[in-house]
Amino acid sequence: MANALSDRPRPVSPNIQIYRPQLTSVLSIANRIAGVVLAVYAVGLVIWLVAAATGPEAYATVHAFIRSWVGQVLLFACSFCFFFHLCGGIRHLAWDAGYGFSLRAIYASGWTVVAATIALTVLTWAIAIVVPGVSR
Amino acid sequence: MSMARTRSPLGRALGLGSAKDGVEHWWRERVSAVALVPLTVWFTASIVVHTGDNYAGFIAWLEVPLTTILMTLLLIALFYHSALGLQVVIEDYVHSGIRIPLLVGMRLGCFALAVAGILATLKIALGT
Repeated sequence: MANALSDRPRPVSPNIQIYRPQLTSVLSIANRIAGVVLAVYAVGLVIWLVAAATGPEAYATVHAFIRSWVGQVLLFACSFCFFFHLCGGIRHLAWDAGYGFSLRAIYASGWTVVAATIALTVLTWAIAIVVPGVSR
Repeated sequence: MSMARTRSPLGRALGLGSAKDGVEHWWRERVSAVALVPLTVWFTASIVVHTGDNYAGFIAWLEVPLTTILMTLLLIALFYHSALGLQVVIEDYVHSGIRIPLLVGMRLGCFALAVAGILATLKIALGT
């Protein structure tokens, strides 16, 4: 009996490929992907700090890469992932505290996360581009 | 009747079931998340304000005691939260033989990166 059971593949749930993507499911997996991506970017943060501690030449090398177009695109993607994971994370913390579980609230908070992510990313880059010209 | 009696003989023999540390893991992930909200917002704002700074400017910023403290706290919370999150991702999607080596490597990697980042920060701050 035990053999017959263990030899057969166990049913796996949920079968996500049969579902139409929805805001809820897309934001859920995107929050996880953004978290993994940010963990990879955290390696870059350490490389940056270690280069600065090593000396001006090492720092200049890292800084030159960040200033290059590849570096700027990567930095933009990093800021987008960060704001998305930040907003998505705050949404999760609200759920953890027991708030926002109605279907209406879940969609409202979901679209708020999308809008806030775009707004914060654009705002951050707008300030970053304007600031050096203002202060120097 | 004890709880153990309700488990199937096969389940008991394979040693499957709850590891009893899920709630602890869940709480640690949330606490580190709460810490990361102000720390990451501070870091992002600082980077934006210091855009265009040269090496000396960057060092001068990191040397300020408050910056050193916040950067150290950020590195601790960041890599702790990363380790907890990546652990769940690996546990959910990796079912082959590399699962355990991957979990161990990820943990060690996060620890090493946190130590490297903190020591680099302190070296700059203490000017040695």
